[in-house]
Amino acid sequence: MKIPDVNEKWINKISEVTIGATRAQGGTRARTVTVGGGSTFPFLSFEGENPNKPVIAGYVTDDVSDLPDVVKNAIGNEINLPHEWAKKCVEEYGVDLISLKLLGAGPAKKDSSPAECAKIVESVLKAVDVPLIIWGCGDDEKDNLILPECSQAARGENCLIGSAKESNYKTLVAICKADKHKLIAEAPVDINLGKQMSILLSDAEFDLRDVIMFQSTAALGYGLDYVYTILERARISGLKGDKMMAVPQICDIASETWRVKEAAADEEALPGFGDVEKRGPLWEAVCAQVYIQSAADILILAHPLAIKTVKETIKRFFV
Amino acid sequence: MALTIMEVYKILPKSNCKECGFPTCMAFAMQVTAMTKNLEDCPKISSEAQEKFSEASAAPMKLVKVGTGNNVFEFGQETVMFRHEKKFYNPCGIAVRIPASLSDEEMLKKIDKINKSEFFRVGKKLKVSLTAVEVDNCSQPDARARLASERSSVPLVLIGTNPSKMNLAVDAIKAKKPLIYKATPENIDSFIDIAAQAQVPLAICGNSLEETADLVDKARNKKIDQIALAFDSKNPAETIKNLTITRRAALTKNFRSFGYPAIVNIEEQDEEIQSALASAFAVKYAGIVIVDTTSPEALLPVLTAIGNIYTDPQVPNAVESKLYEIGSPNENSPVMFTTNFSLTYFSVAGEVERSKIPAYICVVDTEGLGVLNSYAGDKISVDKVVKTMKEQKVAEKVKHRKLIIPGLLAIFKGEIEDISEWKVIVGTENARGIPALLHQLKDKGTYDA
Repeated sequence: MKIPDVNEKWINKISEVTIGATRAQGGTRARTVTVGGGSTFPFLSFEGENPNKPVIAGYVTDDVSDLPDVVKNAIGNEINLPHEWAKKCVEEYGVDLISLKLLGAGPAKKDSSPAECAKIVESVLKAVDVPLIIWGCGDDEKDNLILPECSQAARGENCLIGSAKESNYKTLVAICKADKHKLIAEAPVDINLGKQMSILLSDAEFDLRDVIMFQSTAALGYGLDYVYTILERARISGLKGDKMMAVPQICDIASETWRVKEAAADEEALPGFGDVEKRGPLWEAVCAQVYIQSAADILILAHPLAIKTVKETIKRFFV
Repeated sequence: MALTIMEVYKILPKSNCKECGFPTCMAFAMQVTAMTKNLEDCPKISSEAQEKFSEASAAPMKLVKVGTGNNVFEFGQETVMFRHEKKFYNPCGIAVRIPASLSDEEMLKKIDKINKSEFFRVGKKLKVSLTAVEVDNCSQPDARARLASERSSVPLVLIGTNPSKMNLAVDAIKAKKPLIYKATPENIDSFIDIAAQAQVPLAICGNSLEETADLVDKARNKKIDQIALAFDSKNPAETIKNLTITRRAALTKNFRSFGYPAIVNIEEQDEEIQSALASAFAVKYAGIVIVDTTSPEALLPVLTAIGNIYTDPQVPNAVESKLYEIGSPNENSPVMFTTNFSLTYFSVAGEVERSKIPAYICVVDTEGLGVLNSYAGDKISVDKVVKTMKEQKVAEKVKHRKLIIPGLLAIFKGEIEDISEWKVIVGTENARGIPALLHQLKDKGTYDA
C-alpha cells in the first residue's frame, strides 16, 4: 500500500561551523571538527540531510573539587593536570575535541590569574591535536579578565569560546574577532533570550555562521524536559527559516550530571538505585542520547564509560 | 479527528426528511460538526453509516491495552509530534525479555527482579511495565507462558514468530490479554487467527513500511483493532526514521493503517547500549521498548528520561508548599525559603544535600513559577513569605531567627526584617552557590547555639 507523503517542507539549513585549524589554516591541530549543516531533524533522511554527526567533547577542568569520586576514580591521576587529562580523553577515550573549563579562576576557587589560565590553555593545546573549546569560570567579571588572555594564547587555533551572555558579550565578540575564534552564545533555557543573543551578536557584527547556541543544559531528571523542548523548538525555528536560530547547539552534560545525586551518590545513600559506578556514567550517557534526539550537535561528557557508550551509539546511528 | 461538514453530509441519507428538526441534511451536518447534535439524532441513519462515522471520527492513534483488570499497560493515543504542541500522553513502557534459553527456575528469578523494578524518585513511582517471554525455542510454550504469567506482577508480551508455539502460549494465558510480538509476512494469516480468536493485541512488522501497512490492513479486515507497529534495533537511524514516518502519517494524514502505537525490540549485548538506545526510541516515538537488562542502574536512567519527556509542558511543575527537612535538621539548623517550581525546589534541595549541612527549606506557593517569574508575576511577596513561614510554624522548629532568602529577591530583606522577627541573610542568585554559602555561614559560627 502506498504510504502518504509526510515530508516536512523545511526551507532552511542549520549553519555549518568548523572548529579548530590545521597548520595549513594557521593553527596546529591535526584535524578540525565540523558540526551543523542539517536540513532536517536527525535521521530523517527521507526529507533532508544531516551531513555532520554529533560530536563528543571531553570535559576537562583545572578545578576538580566539585567532581564526585565516581568520575575522579574512573579517570585517575591525570585528572589533576588539565593537559594530561585532555591527552587521556583524546588517546584513550577517543573524543572528537576537548572542552576546557577554567573553573579554577573562580574567585571562590583558586582565583587563578589570567596568566595562569593562559598557561593551562597553552599546555592543553600542546598536549593534544584536536580542536579546543574554552570556557571561563562563569563569573562575568573574572571571565572578562581571563578570557582575553586565553584567547590570545590560542590565537589562530580557531577555538570555540564561551560563553557570551547579555552581560558580557561585547568582550567575547571583541576577542573572538581579534583572535579568530568561534563563539558560544548562552541563553537560560529560553528561546526568546536565545534569539535575542543572536540579534545582539549580529548587531555587534559578529557573523552568526561562527556561533554555537548554548541553551544551558539540564541533567537527566532535573529539567531535562525543558531543555529538550527548547532544543527542538530552536531547531524547528531554524529549519523554518529563522536565521537567528539556524545555528548548531551545544550541551554541557558533564557539568550538570555530576552535580546530581543520582549520578554521584553510592547505593548506601540511594538504596535500590544500583551500582553508582555504572549508574553515574549511564545518567550522563542517557542524557546525551536524549539530547541527540532533540538535535544537539556538541555533547560535553566526562566519564569514560559515558563517552564510550555515547560514541558507540553514535556509531550505530550513523552507519 | 474532526470531520468536515461535507464528510458528515456524505454519510447522511440526503433525503431532507426534516425529522431531526432541521430543514436539510446539510443543516444537520453542520450541527454534527459543531458537536451540538450527534449523528444518532438522525432517525434515518443506518448502522453501517454510524460505524463509518465512528471510525472516521476516532482518535488518529489507537489506545492499545495489554493485560486485564487492574493489571493493564496502555500505550498509544498520542496526538502530537513534538511535546510542546500539547503533550505526550501515555509514557513509553519498558518490557524486559525472558530468553527461551533460561531454565524455568532462572526465568522465575528474572521475573522476581522485574517485579521488584520499582523506583521512587522526586515523589513519583517508576517501574518496568511488561515481562516479555520468548516462546519460539521453548519445548512447552504453554507451560512456560502460564508459569511466567503466574509469577509476573506486570502484563506479558509473548515474543515469537512460530504459529504453533505462539498458539499454545497465547491459548494458555489468553485471559490475561498478552501482547503478541510479532506477526510477519511469513506468519501473518495464522497470527491474525490466533489474535482474533484469543482477542489479544498483535504487533505487526513487514519488511518495508508499505508491507507493514498491508499486513495491518489484513488484521483490521479481520476486525482486529488492538495493533502495535513492530520495529527492531538493527539499524537505529532507520528505526527512528520509520517511527517518525508512521506517527506523522497517523497524526497528520489520518492514515489508518499506521494509527497504532509502536514497539521496538532492542537486541544488544551491553546493558549500557540497551539503556542509551531505549531512551532514544522512547523519546522518538516508541510506546514500548524491549530490553534484556534488569539492573536498576541501567533501567533507572531510561525510566527517568521517559518520566521527564512525558511531563505536561503546559502545567507548571510544582511541589507541595510545605516545610521540607533536608538531612536531619535541628533547632540550630539554617532556614531558607524558595518557590514551589519543582525545578527550583529540587535544585535548592539538591545543593543543600550536597553541602551535607542539614537545613529547613520553606517552600512558598508561587503556583509553580520560579523565583524571577513569580516576582515579576506577583506570585511572591514579603507578606506571602512571612505568612507562609507562620503557617509552616518555622519559628517552632529553630531557636535562631536567621532566614536565608534567594539572592534574586535581595530586595525583600528590609521589609522582611521590618514586619517579622527574622533577620535576613541574602543568599546566592544561583542554587549552585548554596553549599559554599552554608559552609561559610557555618565557619563564621552563624548558627552556633
